[in-house]
Amino acid sequence: MFRHFGRPVAALLGAAILAAAPWARAQSEQFIPMNGYWVGPYAAGGSGVFGGYIDYINMVNAKGGINGVKLTYEKCETEYNNARGVECYERSKKKGPTGASLVMPLSTGITYSLIDKGTEDHVPIVSIGYGRTDAADGRVFPWVFPLITTYWSQATAMLKFIGMKEGGGTEKLKGKKIVLVYHDSAYGKEPIPVLESQAKRFGYELHTIAVAHPGNEQQAQWLQVRQIRPDWVILWGWGVMNPTALKAAARIGFPRNKIVAVWWSGAEEDAIPAGDAAKGYYAAAFNVSGSNYPVVKEIEKTVYAKGKGEMEDRSRIGSIYYNRGVVFGIVATEAIRTAQAKYGKGKPMTGDQIRWGLEHLNIDEKRLKELGATNFMQPLKVSCSDHEGGGAVRFLQWDGKKWNTVTDWIAADRDVVRPMIEESAAKYAKEKGITPRDCSKEG
Amino acid sequence: MFYREAGQFKSTYAADQQLFPIRQDRIAMALLLALAFVGVPLASITPGIEGVIDFNYWYNGVIIPFLIFSLAALGLNILTGYAGQLSLGTGAFMAVGAFAAYNLMLRVPRMPILAAFVLAGVIAAAVGLVFGLPSLRIKGFYLAVATLAAQFFVVWALTKFGWFSNDSSSGVIAAQKIVIAGYAFDTPVKRYLLVLAIVAVMALAAKNLARSAIGRAWMAVRDMDVAAEVIGIPMMKAKLLAFAISSFYCGVAGALFAFAYLGNVEPQAFDLDLSFRILFMIIIGGVGSVLGSFLGAAFIVVLPILLDIAATGFERAAGIAVPAGLVSNLTLILFGALIVFFLAVEPLGLARLWQVAKEKLRLWPFPH
Repeated sequence: MFRHFGRPVAALLGAAILAAAPWARAQSEQFIPMNGYWVGPYAAGGSGVFGGYIDYINMVNAKGGINGVKLTYEKCETEYNNARGVECYERSKKKGPTGASLVMPLSTGITYSLIDKGTEDHVPIVSIGYGRTDAADGRVFPWVFPLITTYWSQATAMLKFIGMKEGGGTEKLKGKKIVLVYHDSAYGKEPIPVLESQAKRFGYELHTIAVAHPGNEQQAQWLQVRQIRPDWVILWGWGVMNPTALKAAARIGFPRNKIVAVWWSGAEEDAIPAGDAAKGYYAAAFNVSGSNYPVVKEIEKTVYAKGKGEMEDRSRIGSIYYNRGVVFGIVATEAIRTAQAKYGKGKPMTGDQIRWGLEHLNIDEKRLKELGATNFMQPLKVSCSDHEGGGAVRFLQWDGKKWNTVTDWIAADRDVVRPMIEESAAKYAKEKGITPRDCSKEG
Repeated sequence: MFYREAGQFKSTYAADQQLFPIRQDRIAMALLLALAFVGVPLASITPGIEGVIDFNYWYNGVIIPFLIFSLAALGLNILTGYAGQLSLGTGAFMAVGAFAAYNLMLRVPRMPILAAFVLAGVIAAAVGLVFGLPSLRIKGFYLAVATLAAQFFVVWALTKFGWFSNDSSSGVIAAQKIVIAGYAFDTPVKRYLLVLAIVAVMALAAKNLARSAIGRAWMAVRDMDVAAEVIGIPMMKAKLLAFAISSFYCGVAGALFAFAYLGNVEPQAFDLDLSFRILFMIIIGGVGSVLGSFLGAAFIVVLPILLDIAATGFERAAGIAVPAGLVSNLTLILFGALIVFFLAVEPLGLARLWQVAKEKLRLWPFPH
């Protein structure tokens, strides 16, 4: 029986070993790994974000690359699984003439697993809008970049938004009741310390209600919400938990326009399944939705018009997830461009050089205009000690069909968030025996 | 022709009862261990070979996780395969091991890391003992449901109580560096050797355990618990020991998972999904077999990676642009088909296939 399939198995093994071996590439190429997920329960997010990311890279290539350096990439399926994510990282880190430029794991779990490895191998780990919040302290985490905004920043911006909706500033929060309905996991618990410390400062009453994973049954939690009768609900959900929460809120008659959600609860994929129950609900966002931006139009013109492109379902172009991937692409390519400006235009950059590029990344309004991304994302300025950069979010409202932007960029309370980040990072440094860098000595 | 035991006479009980009674097996095992301990590390520093194969990738991405999952599968196999107690709490016991080792290193001054691994195993064993108590009253699928409680409770407790993760806001632990007697295990090859040594010792211990009195008692309980009780096997001791020893193995595997593999782990990494994966490993590899644990881990951990590498390699070589996600989905379908195929060919697992092959080898090249 067994001798019949000895040969195919051997052929498969052979192909696998050949494919894993490093191979020669032309010198003016820059390799970017696409370690994402296209299958499994989170495929909607993974395929959308990586679709936008890859399309943006292809658009840059179609326009001649970065100063003539062509960007190459290779997809690797992580299945949102830590072990597979590590395997993909190990597979991709040496590819291309200079190795992996930077890795965006799009999974908090995988990001954690890669912190030590990236630091050891000199590969920047970039987690935009997820990952380890205190890694924003670049003195302790030189190789980790939780760029644009963190969960803690977002929580403070949410409070500002609620104050705004109450007809003023954060002083209006006094005496209000706010309920946090969160995914019972490390991710969901993330905002609690910030919301608690802010409750003392602004004088609102905070209740927290946990929803067990995956969250497709929330009747008990929303009955609790009805008893508390809060003025606002902050929803910190993930996947199927989001539409379920909206439907449960509709059932107890809690107004949806008093619910404000985290950015991972604010995609089309979260709102559409809830149907009418989602109408009016707010979500934070660090990128907007819509295909009516020059950068997206450019992708359609240079990639899709030539019969290429990642998205099979064209209607998803311009969705929240897709546009988030475009933001990833902008950050990655601008970091490489910044590195090239210092270390030589038209050359492939190494991990060390790209890390320098990330730390000196400065995407201002002028640059955003050149990229065709004005209002698409916020300006971003990173430094050696600050690996977050932006910190602001916008709020979107679901009108039953699409997300509409309802506010301008609302900045985070940095005086609150930054000391917490530094304290937490210092604790990590002590545990791990890391001596923080002195940023005044960095070039 | 080569695999024949003719002429190997056993004249003592010890010779008859030894771990590998056939001389060829002993030689093959010695060669395998020599290859794993000496050959692979030597090859990875030989300049000629090192350039062709990216050893660090194979160590970090494939071999170390394979060994760690093998150890966890071995732990579950002791409980489910030998003692017949179905468990869905493997991930939880691994989590206990990982968090225990982290806290021991953090809170106990001058803690030697190997002792921390052993103590982490002991703590996992204690937790396993507690969650093994229902096994005295219930069995089969009902017990599986009871062990589910362990799975959910442990992950919940590790997330809920900040003490376990030293009040990290996200519940993540950062494993300390592995230093044994002043020697740092900081490169992939060193970590590989450390994991390999621990797994080899524990696998031999498991094989030894299976042929001892307690191993025989477990198998008696598994095959028919009433009969086992009638012939005087203490049911409580046998079942609880199975839970304790199994959890010890899982605990050490969990500690290695955190310290030698991932580095930073969150409690959610040890969710039900992980428990299921390890259960599938022993079902596919072979229930009640040490070799089966390794074969099953190879099947579940390594095969999808090889399929993925082959698929992307093929995609590139053929130069065709397939729609996004198609390759991932096809790999998943192929993997599922292979599981069905192997289970259809041999429901008793890959270890049984190997046994059949051995029987045939004894006769080869003559059919009778």
